[in-house]
Amino acid sequence: MAAAGAAATDLEVVRGKRAALFFAAVAIVLGLPLWWKTTETYRASLPYSQISGLNALQLRLMVPVTVVFTRESVPLDDQEKLPFTVVHEREIPLKYKMKIKCRFQKAYRRALDYEEEALSSGSAQEAMLDEPQEQAEGSLTVYVISEHSSLLPQDMMSYIGPKRTAVVRGIMHREAFNIIGRRIIQVAQAMSLTEDVLAAALADHLPEDKWSAEKRRPLKSSLGYEITFSLLNPDPKSHDVHWDIEGAVRRYVQPFLNALSAAGNFSVDSQILYYAMLGVNPRFDSASSSYYLDMHNLPHVINPVESRLGSSAASLYPVLNFLLYVPELAHSPLYIQDKDGAPVATNAFHSPRWGGIMVYNVDSKAYNASALPVRVEVDMVRVMEVFLAQLRLLFGIAQPQVPPKCLLSGPKSEGLTTWELDRLLWARSVENLATATTTLTSLAQLLGKISNIVIKDNVASEVYRAVAAIQKSAEELASGHLASAFVASQEAVTSSECAFFDPSLLHLLYFPDDQKFAIYIPLFLPMAVPILLSLVKIFLETRKSWKKPEKTD
Amino acid sequence: MAAAMPLALFVLQLLGPGGWCLAEPQRDSLREELVITPLPSGDVAATFQFRTRWDSELQREGDTDHYFLRYAVLPREVVCTENLTPWKKLLPCSSKAGLSVLLKADRLFHTSYHSQAVHIRPVCRNARCTSISWELRQTLSVVFDAFITGQGKKDWSLFRMFSRTLTEPCPLASESRVYVDITNYNQDNETLEVNPPPTTTYQDVILGTRKTYAIYDLLDTATINNSRNLNIQLKWKRPAENEFPPVPFLHAQRYVSGYGLQKGELSTLLYNTHPYRAFPVLLLDTVPWYLRLYVHTLTITSKGKDNKPSYIHYQPAQDRLQPHLLEMLIQLPANSVTKVSIQFERALLKWTEYTPDPNHGFYVSPSVLSALVPSMVAAKPVDWEESPLFNSLFPVSDGSNYFVRLYTEPLLVNLPTPDFSMPYNVICLTCTVVAVCYGSFYNLLTRTFHIEEPRTGGLAKRLANLIRRIRGVPLL
Repeated sequence: MAAAGAAATDLEVVRGKRAALFFAAVAIVLGLPLWWKTTETYRASLPYSQISGLNALQLRLMVPVTVVFTRESVPLDDQEKLPFTVVHEREIPLKYKMKIKCRFQKAYRRALDYEEEALSSGSAQEAMLDEPQEQAEGSLTVYVISEHSSLLPQDMMSYIGPKRTAVVRGIMHREAFNIIGRRIIQVAQAMSLTEDVLAAALADHLPEDKWSAEKRRPLKSSLGYEITFSLLNPDPKSHDVHWDIEGAVRRYVQPFLNALSAAGNFSVDSQILYYAMLGVNPRFDSASSSYYLDMHNLPHVINPVESRLGSSAASLYPVLNFLLYVPELAHSPLYIQDKDGAPVATNAFHSPRWGGIMVYNVDSKAYNASALPVRVEVDMVRVMEVFLAQLRLLFGIAQPQVPPKCLLSGPKSEGLTTWELDRLLWARSVENLATATTTLTSLAQLLGKISNIVIKDNVASEVYRAVAAIQKSAEELASGHLASAFVASQEAVTSSECAFFDPSLLHLLYFPDDQKFAIYIPLFLPMAVPILLSLVKIFLETRKSWKKPEKTD
Repeated sequence: MAAAMPLALFVLQLLGPGGWCLAEPQRDSLREELVITPLPSGDVAATFQFRTRWDSELQREGDTDHYFLRYAVLPREVVCTENLTPWKKLLPCSSKAGLSVLLKADRLFHTSYHSQAVHIRPVCRNARCTSISWELRQTLSVVFDAFITGQGKKDWSLFRMFSRTLTEPCPLASESRVYVDITNYNQDNETLEVNPPPTTTYQDVILGTRKTYAIYDLLDTATINNSRNLNIQLKWKRPAENEFPPVPFLHAQRYVSGYGLQKGELSTLLYNTHPYRAFPVLLLDTVPWYLRLYVHTLTITSKGKDNKPSYIHYQPAQDRLQPHLLEMLIQLPANSVTKVSIQFERALLKWTEYTPDPNHGFYVSPSVLSALVPSMVAAKPVDWEESPLFNSLFPVSDGSNYFVRLYTEPLLVNLPTPDFSMPYNVICLTCTVVAVCYGSFYNLLTRTFHIEEPRTGGLAKRLANLIRRIRGVPLL
């Protein structure tokens, strides 16, 4: 009976073991995956490898240059070789992870009849006026004229037109193509891409020390810009100031903005502020009985005024402020002094990425004529000259580095030459690509580092779109299609920012781990401990039963 | 701010000598005024009004589509300096000259009543309304308790109220005046004295009663030049008789009633104290969606009888999208109290929709009453431009009525508020229950059970054996 009892107990022990093993199996096979699946945060897959690949992206900026040879510009046997194509590639040395190469693809051809005709006219300016064909954005046409042509003044070697054309004097020489080729490259660089332009565009992404504040002048690339003209009249008791801002904007600013409209949307508004003081007391100079603002004081001028401008609160876009300051009677005339103590001729200064201020002194003769307040009509031509020049500087349209002996045409009536606009678009495209790449890289880093951020499908699709747009833009740049490259780069920036600032990324970001444990422990601890204990017990027993037979041997 | 740098001379060729626009640019016009009303109780009400008018066409794209008009209400906001500063920035003279020098935050917010408004609206420039100007009207009303702050004296002066005096007019203002209400006191100069004596007075019918004001014109050089500043003072020569201020013809109250957290009732009491005239009132109510109104319980009673509104517009709420909108035109009988009541149920919110302090309650916006109230004295039609600003916010078509818009008090309603630690408690409790059940179940299934031989006897047996051993009897 004892044996039967023992056998029954053994049976019972085996059954218990099996039950424990089954519990463990169910918990591991069914429970764990179920728990994992139901508590995991949704993370759509992102193109991490492509994003890290973007950092090593090689940007090839292709500038298609059409070189047109007129009769007698090069030796005749050289002309026999036309047409053919030469590619001139050069790396732009910047301390930036993105390698930027600049490629001038020069297509040489002979001049057509009507071009010959146009170029045989009096001077270069006239020849460029009736330039018939429409050229694609970013492309250039260089005409090579005969050495003794009267198109250019005798001492000038080249001429840069207001559109996308230039004229270079030819040469009768054995190495004619090489010499002319070098001149063409010089002209083409001045008209399209130079190191300075790209360095200024990438100023935010380059190491701080190398590029001074001077280089950081241009406004950041954005989809739109808001321009505010403010007339500050701190002393309405003595000055009754009138300005025809509507007319001035319509006449001078709007044409410039229309020309720039490819680079973004612009909105213009104006306001008059009374009792708006500058924050600095000007220094009195008894010799000239006038007041001076020192240059080192200028940064303190802006802050007290800024609180009253109030335009940046209502806009998503960067705001450019242009202030016309009519100094109060007690402080006029007021002049701005530069470093050397000489008054600045325009009586204006600008602050990078903020705007410009111009001091407008009331003619002292006006005070004698009538009682206060003196009626002041602002000379808008004088004001707009300064503001437009500042606007050009703020957008980073600086004067080009002209090669020696080169004649530069004046801008068209818009105040902006076509190649200047192209140059801006080149710079903005590169800047946009750099911004989008940085945004995507930091987003990928952030998502990789913090594992409980939810990545929704729309965020993922924005990331994919941004990556595709960057690649497309780089391809278009490499094939010389500037307009579509710029549009793609803008799309890349928009999509990457959209993904980066998506509010859904924040939902679970601050869900701390200790709270998770607090929720799991009441369930997991009582369930896991018996299973683990019995597993350990079974393991020990089996090991004992394995060792036992060895001992008997 | 980044470093500023002087601009190098950079002349563009594009700016030729442009032709000047010969038309005179239209000037914006500013009028400002301050109305001071001393009350017999010793309180002083001061109302600032600033009106800026642009003659320029702001609206270029035709008429506003009324379909897009929206009405929005924030039932409660604690007003503070941050509400005053942007408001002051809209004034052309900021707070540097004119009446606005009196707007000093530390005095204005130490008052028993503070109300601040911005109105912007198109105004016809001529009788046929062929051209439109835009008017920005800013009003600020405060009531100072001069009796308490003045240690039992009811005298006041500008300096004591605002800790400032008027020194110069705003050079941009075409009119800058201070009005002091001396309606009941000007017959006999025994009761009070205003200093400096006013140059002129102004009489008109304001809100149905005849009023007299003393005028100080800041643009008049004599007003300020005598003493370099203007500090209007008022001295009571004799304590005023304890007269009650006249009860207005229309006033209203609103309250929420009921008990528990499920149902409740919103009630609005409309008082018409006019002895013999009945007049209609337009009542506009917006109720947030989390109070679910039972429209069939809407009852309007006046003088114990049902009052049927002549017009009802009701737009039901949609959860989390739009509130209830109830608009009614109700005739108020003479000398009566009309009660408008409607029952509601309180909704449960999602737990993320509760405010940070849900037990404080949720604010319900005030109802708005608009009415043409019959006046006691017939007013003569006024010239829009010439009359003072406080008289021209709402134009009166005929002299027998005047327009009033009243806002009742906002209500505070408690919603059923859950215990916010509940999710965690539920998790802990269920986990514990599951763990206990699971534990015993697990034990039952995996433990091995032996049949134990019954061990006979315990303490009793041992005791018995001990006694048997002593006795020498064989053990059990």
